[in-house]
Amino acid sequence: MKKLDIDIDACLAAMSGELREVVGPDAIMIGIHSGGFWIAERLHELMGIETLLGQLNITFYRDDFSRIGLHPRVKPSNLPLEIEDREIILVDDVLHTGRTVRAALNEIFDYGRPKRVILAVLIDRGGRELPVAADVTGKRLSLKPDEHVKLSGPEPLALELKTAE
Amino acid sequence: MNDSNIQLDDNGHLKHFLTIEGLERSLLLNILETAETFSGVGARAVKKVPILRGKTVANLFFEPSTRTRTTFELAAKRLSADILSLNISNSATKKGESLLDTLHTLEAMHCDMFIVRHANSGAAHFIASHVAPNISVINGGDGRHAHPTQAMLDMFTIRKHKPDFSKLRVAIVGDILHSRVARSEIHALSILGASEIRVIGPRTLIPWHIETMGVHIFHDMNAGLKDVDVIVVLRLQQERMRSALLPSESEYFRLYGLTEEKLALAKPDAIVMHPGPINRGIEIDSRVADSRQSVILQQVSHGIAIRMAVMAMTMQSQSGIQPEGGHADPD
Repeated sequence: MKKLDIDIDACLAAMSGELREVVGPDAIMIGIHSGGFWIAERLHELMGIETLLGQLNITFYRDDFSRIGLHPRVKPSNLPLEIEDREIILVDDVLHTGRTVRAALNEIFDYGRPKRVILAVLIDRGGRELPVAADVTGKRLSLKPDEHVKLSGPEPLALELKTAE
Repeated sequence: MNDSNIQLDDNGHLKHFLTIEGLERSLLLNILETAETFSGVGARAVKKVPILRGKTVANLFFEPSTRTRTTFELAAKRLSADILSLNISNSATKKGESLLDTLHTLEAMHCDMFIVRHANSGAAHFIASHVAPNISVINGGDGRHAHPTQAMLDMFTIRKHKPDFSKLRVAIVGDILHSRVARSEIHALSILGASEIRVIGPRTLIPWHIETMGVHIFHDMNAGLKDVDVIVVLRLQQERMRSALLPSESEYFRLYGLTEEKLALAKPDAIVMHPGPINRGIEIDSRVADSRQSVILQQVSHGIAIRMAVMAMTMQSQSGIQPEGGHADPD
């Protein structure tokens, strides 16, 4: 395991600047549990978004539920606002296969039909298995299949590179 | 009866849910936590999560029930499973088909889970020990033996109001003799570490040797209800009474019916529970059933979340693949 030398604060500042240019002032931000929510908390504050921050727990929407199983202590999803016809900023920490985003979109659509969904990720590490792309990316890495980026937090946020044995 | 082993798979996960007896405290807490995550689903625009999509659940009700059957149906539907409810008391068994033949017929239809409600104690256990290994069995109430999902939904309801079990004094009132709910509840409360469990009822409706389960017996409501935090009122199960156990309903109500006056003996913030259906004016006064202290309708909603949790957990064990440890978040 090795610490990744990435200035997270600088990435977040750049991301919030880019996001301000692409979304309206009444957009709703939703973070994916757990790392995505930590990133969303920071962006939400940096951008001064006034609508409540949502949290998505996609456990029940994963396509690998039978392999990974239930995580009973995971907080339930909490989308505090009507998302019908609203702009959504979906936030995750690491974009890899795209399966988490697929699951998150499915869950969001069970709450309503948003006008538009923007995807913001701190790290895009490549290795997509689905046609998913981020609109705003903090940092791009190109990693080998057996390497994984892990965000720890919420305070302080730190990135580590792990290699699967 | 010891069926704790058959309930768990090789990894100690829940495979069948037949009785609370013999389960670990951590497993009960796990069920409660899982139910917590499911409890929000009913409040959403789409009241469904796709977790059991493609699974088929058969509700096998050999004994009539409305609320248990419908909450199991709703729970299965909210998990996106397909569910069929078979009122078996009216069908095949009347034509002389044996229980095992009925089961094998349903297995041949590729069901993944059986929810069993039966008038005979041990029926769910019998079925669990005879079904194909890929089928999970959940006990929806068997005779006087057990009703584990009811006990867990009651624990869930208690925990919402009184989070610390170690400080709890709970009174279970009424027809303990015929009550599988009481037995499951006593097991669950002791495993979760409730400080005192009391049973209150006439001598004819308290089973012999129940004190060996670690409960205190009271025959007088005034003494039994003093300073309790939770009162569980049981339904008087006249359909199961084969001999004269009671002088009359009105006499029963006078002695053991929960009225406002008797409720006042409990702690001021005590909650009143009832597994339903309630007999107003027999075991509980309408004013108590509809009072602010009554959580009877909350029990019904919590029943859906608990049943979703138990169904998802047993199905997870069924997949036969060991869950990965730690935080599962590959991307």
